[in-house]
Amino acid sequence: MTETVQAFDQATLWTVIAGLAIGSFALRFVFIGLVGNRAMPTWLLRHLRYTAVAILPALVTPLVIWPAATGGEPDAARMAAAGMTLAVGLLTRNVVAAIFSGAVTLFGLLYLLG
Amino acid sequence: MTATTPNSYFWRGIRDSLPFVFVAGPFGLLFGVLAVEAGLNLLETMTFTMTVFAGAAQFTALQLMQENTPTLIVLASALAVNLRVAMYSASLTPYLGAAPLWQRTLAAYFTVDQSYALSIVRFELEPEMTIAQRMAYFAGTVGLIAPLWYLATLAGAMMGAQIPESWALDFALPIAFLAMIAPMLRTPAHVIAALVSIVTAILAAGVPYNLGLLIAGFAGMMAGAQAELALERKARTR
Repeated sequence: MTETVQAFDQATLWTVIAGLAIGSFALRFVFIGLVGNRAMPTWLLRHLRYTAVAILPALVTPLVIWPAATGGEPDAARMAAAGMTLAVGLLTRNVVAAIFSGAVTLFGLLYLLG
Repeated sequence: MTATTPNSYFWRGIRDSLPFVFVAGPFGLLFGVLAVEAGLNLLETMTFTMTVFAGAAQFTALQLMQENTPTLIVLASALAVNLRVAMYSASLTPYLGAAPLWQRTLAAYFTVDQSYALSIVRFELEPEMTIAQRMAYFAGTVGLIAPLWYLATLAGAMMGAQIPESWALDFALPIAFLAMIAPMLRTPAHVIAALVSIVTAILAAGVPYNLGLLIAGFAGMMAGAQAELALERKARTR
């Protein structure tokens, strides 16, 4: 077994775990626990509706275009796998089918091109 | 006569959650593997997954920590990824807001994509459900999925470093997220939000501390909200 090089120290890790644990719970508790049945501003709800479709693509895009595994060089197999996952996900609305198609594309192309 | 007791709603929640076994299982496994590869031990990995209990935020934090991002930005970005659970919480409040505080506290912890998506559909379909029945159903939606997520993480963490590089596990995360995003693109406003986010993320790739993620995320949210307003105006004038 090879020794993994850890990019961060213990203090950082536990700070992140504690901060995320408290923060994630606060995000979930704020409305159901504190707001109760009071109405919330519509402008806030309107923005919250788009959090998932805005933040997840922002996270994924750089990983697709500049993957760390190739040292940041764009990679045909990974791009095609990403495209296939998105396409199947859009067409079937099925998360499992999309993951499966993406994985098959990735392994197929890595094998053929590799 | 069949009585619809809270108990039967619990089992109904369990039954409805079965398809998500195929999402939570592999996703949990993946978190365990990636956490160990990032240098976390078993205790750290399990504490992380059991206290935070938010897959997407956990993956984000892990990814950013490995890129030596300042702690504050790791936290802000991971919590931004998790902002959607605040929306779930808000949306469930009219249905569960009258339950006892201890139940609402537990429900808050267990508010995730799966439990929210299943519950909100059921609550809207059956407006006559009592608070107890709703809570029982909600508990059912996580009754199987949550323990599965913990166990899958544990299994992944134990397999961890044995997985060879040729499996290209680095790319499991983008694929899992893309597969999650695609079915969410239900309206033109959602598509616009995602496109603006992608373009901004590319343009902001050079911004230090991985701040590009937050910038692109907020740009996408604002674009989605504005697109929704514009589409509503267009629909009214038509």
